[in-house]
Amino acid sequence: MQNDNQTSNRKALDNPSFTEHLANKTGRQYWRGLEEIAETTEFREMVDREFPEGASEWLDPVGRRNFLKLMGASLALAGIGACAKQPEEKIIPYVKQPEEFVPGKPSFFATAMPLRGYATGLLVESHLGRPTKVEGNPDHPASLGATDAITQASILGLYDPDRSQTVLSRSRIASWDSFKTAIAAEVGAWKAAQGTGLHFLTETINSPTLADQMRQLMATYPNAVWHQYEPAGRDCVRDGAKMAFGQYVETTYRFDKAEVIFSIDADFLLTMPGSVRYSRDFSAMRRTSGEMKGMNRLYALESSPSVTGAVADHRAALAPAAVEQAAWAVGAALGVPGVSAQGSSPAVDALGKAWIPSLVKDLQAHRGRCVVVAGDEQSPAVHALAHAMNAALGNVGTTVVYTDPVEANPTNQAASLAALMQQIDSGKVDTLVVLGGNPAFTAPADLKFAERYQKVRLRIHAGEYNDETAYLSHWHLPLSHYLESWSDARAMDGTVSIVQPLIAPLWDSKPLHEVVSILNGTPSATAYDIVRAYWQGAKSAPAPASAAAPAPGDSTAAHAAPVAVSAGPVASIAVNGDFERGWHQALYRGMVAGSALPPKSPTLNGGWATAAAAMLAATPAAADAFDILFRVDPMLLDGRFANIGWLQEVPKPLTKLVWDNALLVSPATAKQRGWKTEDVVEVGYKNLTVKVPVWEMPGHADGCGTLYLGHGRTRSGRVGNDVGVNVYAIRTSDAPWRAAAATASKTSDCYRLVTTQTHYSMEGRDIVRYGTLAEFMANEKFMEERHHEPEIVSLYKEHTYKGHAWGMAIDLTACTACNACVVACQSENNIPVVGKEQVNNGRAMHWIRIDRYYEGDAAAPAQHFQPLTCMHCEKAPCETVCPVGATVHGEEGLNEMVYNRCIGTRYCSNNCPYKVRRFNYLLFTDLDTPTYKMMRNPDVTVRSRGVMEKCTYCVQRINSARIEAKKEGRMIRDGEVVTACAQVCPTEAITFGNINDKESRVAKAKKSPLNYALLADLGTAPRTTYLTKLRNPNPELEKGA
Amino acid sequence: MAQLFHRSSNTLSKVSIFAVLFLIAGALAFLYAYHNSDYMTYVDVPREQPVQFTHEHHVAGLGIDCRYCHTSVEKSSFAGIPPTETCMSCHSQIWTNAAILAPIRESFRTGIPVKWTRVHDLPDYVFFNHSIHVAKGIGCESCHGRVDKMPLMWKANTLYMQWCLSCHRDPAKNIRPRDQIVTMGYKPSEDQAVLGPKLVNEYHVNVKQLTNCSICHR
Repeated sequence: MQNDNQTSNRKALDNPSFTEHLANKTGRQYWRGLEEIAETTEFREMVDREFPEGASEWLDPVGRRNFLKLMGASLALAGIGACAKQPEEKIIPYVKQPEEFVPGKPSFFATAMPLRGYATGLLVESHLGRPTKVEGNPDHPASLGATDAITQASILGLYDPDRSQTVLSRSRIASWDSFKTAIAAEVGAWKAAQGTGLHFLTETINSPTLADQMRQLMATYPNAVWHQYEPAGRDCVRDGAKMAFGQYVETTYRFDKAEVIFSIDADFLLTMPGSVRYSRDFSAMRRTSGEMKGMNRLYALESSPSVTGAVADHRAALAPAAVEQAAWAVGAALGVPGVSAQGSSPAVDALGKAWIPSLVKDLQAHRGRCVVVAGDEQSPAVHALAHAMNAALGNVGTTVVYTDPVEANPTNQAASLAALMQQIDSGKVDTLVVLGGNPAFTAPADLKFAERYQKVRLRIHAGEYNDETAYLSHWHLPLSHYLESWSDARAMDGTVSIVQPLIAPLWDSKPLHEVVSILNGTPSATAYDIVRAYWQGAKSAPAPASAAAPAPGDSTAAHAAPVAVSAGPVASIAVNGDFERGWHQALYRGMVAGSALPPKSPTLNGGWATAAAAMLAATPAAADAFDILFRVDPMLLDGRFANIGWLQEVPKPLTKLVWDNALLVSPATAKQRGWKTEDVVEVGYKNLTVKVPVWEMPGHADGCGTLYLGHGRTRSGRVGNDVGVNVYAIRTSDAPWRAAAATASKTSDCYRLVTTQTHYSMEGRDIVRYGTLAEFMANEKFMEERHHEPEIVSLYKEHTYKGHAWGMAIDLTACTACNACVVACQSENNIPVVGKEQVNNGRAMHWIRIDRYYEGDAAAPAQHFQPLTCMHCEKAPCETVCPVGATVHGEEGLNEMVYNRCIGTRYCSNNCPYKVRRFNYLLFTDLDTPTYKMMRNPDVTVRSRGVMEKCTYCVQRINSARIEAKKEGRMIRDGEVVTACAQVCPTEAITFGNINDKESRVAKAKKSPLNYALLADLGTAPRTTYLTKLRNPNPELEKGA
Repeated sequence: MAQLFHRSSNTLSKVSIFAVLFLIAGALAFLYAYHNSDYMTYVDVPREQPVQFTHEHHVAGLGIDCRYCHTSVEKSSFAGIPPTETCMSCHSQIWTNAAILAPIRESFRTGIPVKWTRVHDLPDYVFFNHSIHVAKGIGCESCHGRVDKMPLMWKANTLYMQWCLSCHRDPAKNIRPRDQIVTMGYKPSEDQAVLGPKLVNEYHVNVKQLTNCSICHR
């Protein structure tokens, strides 16, 4: 009820006032949301309050009177409660304890997480057999020790109680045995018919073992057809390679060698596969701390704001058609053979004056040291152009590496799915086996998958969730999580990892390998045996992965995936001919040595330019068309993670929206169409419509809108159901990423969107600092001179720190707001999820928040990110006001939080100038779900209601390192304590360590002239400091700007 | 008009004021006593176990080292409860048919572990680490008492925070040479007032830091 009132009370933003307001200000102007520049009353109120609106009020359905009654009763009972005896606990030891097992100490196991056809190598922490935390494998090429937010959250996915728990037969509980019995009869019939009428639909497969099993399956049933579909697939990348080279190739980029980067709508820092490695390499070329090697320069063209665009030195927001035209203009100016400018528009012409010539000059000056990257969502023509540009710039082999595809059987997946639909219509599909994936939710709307699927006589679905597809299937088979199964997977460079389970399946699920084995008539094989048997065949020399062997059934399925999987393992696992040794080494190290694919140098097709130009001409750009861009949600991807609360609640990097998606449009487009944030509009494309709220997104290209996929699930589980809007409803097979000339009209509805962008504002103070590389080179101390720090006189006595003194430095140049730290912290420190309503009340519990500041014009603002945690002030304002001494200063400078002392006065949070303390207004922690108990970090207290909490600098990790050091009679070494956020950071933006040790990385970082303390004039002496953000704009362009 | 109250009510009211004070003081005293009572703390209360395991016999009688069973006491936060296999390493040879050991044999046969009752149980917001205490010269006896005289295990100390702090504030009174860690009935070779501070110094015990909240609470 309350929320409805708020919705109606909330006034619309006054659009015209942004520009006026900004025009009236001088100097650098930072702002966090459009509310702020419009200075709405709500925003003022938010700022004036200590807590965001509603945070400290009792807004829940229980009335005040009831509340008082309850409080009275609980007060009376509290005395009795204190008399309760400690409940009896049991200790259950092993019967036979495994060797080298030390109870109370975590073990780490190497494994890998496959996702969308690419694997990331991991080290997973296990406490007494329970995996509790995911870390990156420092030796793995796709991780280098870091992970992204999604990988961090996969631990919650493992323990998700909504995961499918049992075999279902026509939605009734069944067993694997009953499935095996039922399918045995079918297997006989399939064999008799050579598999005619049998169709398989898989996601992108990059497990060599699974690919081999599929090959065997197709051999058993020669007339069967294998289709593949991945909703956020890379068809454009594949087709672009085919257009350019006449063959499928895998393109990987070496950003650690690229000094100039031109991104054509490529979000290679967050949503593109391989982003973790790319982020590390990219930031390595932008290091301002340590040894500075100069700085790369990133030019980005994009329509929809992405984090890659946000960190770019030069970003141009263009409508999708103009992005293509601009790319062609760059190609033509570079003199790429066969490329001439295609079409023109005012926006591209404007870029042509300075932007494009400067970019071209920069690229040409860095031949072999630059890179052109096209986004997964760009058309194949743009990919072909990017390949040609890289070839023309001599980047192939240096910054651009081509290899054979990492996936087992590359094909155009949209065509593959369409072929399946066509064959259902012609009655050729008798049995459809969906092996992973959720096509009933994700398939293009015009294919009407759900409707056609039900025409199939026998429908079998294997998946981790009892989802939309499972609901329509005769059989649903629960698949195991990757942390529960044996498997294998390849990273983007081809490196093979053996996926080893950390725990036996929590429920009655099986890995995909076993399901395929059942379908192939060998129901008793285990995944462990299957994977080992595959690799045991690897004693011979590696077989070429690309040797195509077209399936005999190919003629009946022109568009289905031909089986291009060669027999025999893709690499040899044996060491000196010893398989067992090689196997154990692969498990221990988390990858098979030397399994990366060798680079190749494909030659450009002569006719690619004509084909690309023809493709470009086929999608003409109408002048005033409204294009809809589909993008994967930065946190939920295609929707498979919808039931993971951590990913729903973490504010999206740029919008800071939680628990929702929206139609993102530029403020100018919104104004032109008479829309305001939170208005509901009806978006239509080809007779399909969907109603979605508007979000005004500064920096978005005009004349188009962005919709994030993955929301609006109906059968994802208790967390993800009915969150946001399902935009697959208007996504068609001809327009997977860009629906040109869509319609959009305002409805009379209004919808409450929740964002954290204005929570805990710090009001125009000197918070974010940035400069340019040129300024820094001219005068290292330019920042100190620009921001004069006042001399601090303190009444408090100085602390002295003899031993360790912990501190943190956060490099603002490196931060890309990818959210990995936020989720890693949540996983490490048992931080609960609170839900949309409570975030709206300002009660989000994340210990790290990443503030996003805009600067300048609302149409093309500069964007800055600043992660904020507890600053561990040496003179902490919170400590002096706590009436019960629940927050105190430690010997090593930690600002310690003692939960068991806290009585919940919240004075500390009131007095905190950084607003980094979080209060458990309600019992947010789920204490009842048994699987969540297994998930939690046993080294961190689980907080209850009424307790303040905040970043502890991962004190549990400090303590464990200190104990080990003290046992050995030494100091803690630099790098021995790594906080969860620092460990996960793909860009190494966070450095943590002992500032008393002058040789430590953090002490060196803090000595940098770029180092500054937030709100230093308050005299809090924070232990966490920031390194000023440096940009590296092209001087030619900067002058004009 | 006659007086409403008899004169004696003056006394009564005075007495009752004091009575209330005494009542409150009494209630507090009762709560304090209750809180520290064996009933509440389980101090000196032998706990029922699935097997009547006697430390007295194994430690004093047979002279088995603590670390034979509690293997991780020097490595980990948790000292470790022996797996059934450890019991069977002897009891597959001796007392093989003893009725008292039936649950152990049963466990070994079926693979179902024995569920021991926890005797020393700290609240979940306290993080105690055995290995560092052992490494810094705090003997088993200092917290667990004379285990060699306990036929069934009981708590020798309350494990209340004030008890922990009494040592964390002044570890010198309990610290002993590392080679005496598992000794029961340890007598210092010289005056503890001299030896204690010496060992505190020698073992680099940072006494000031021992009372930091985050040492135990995280």
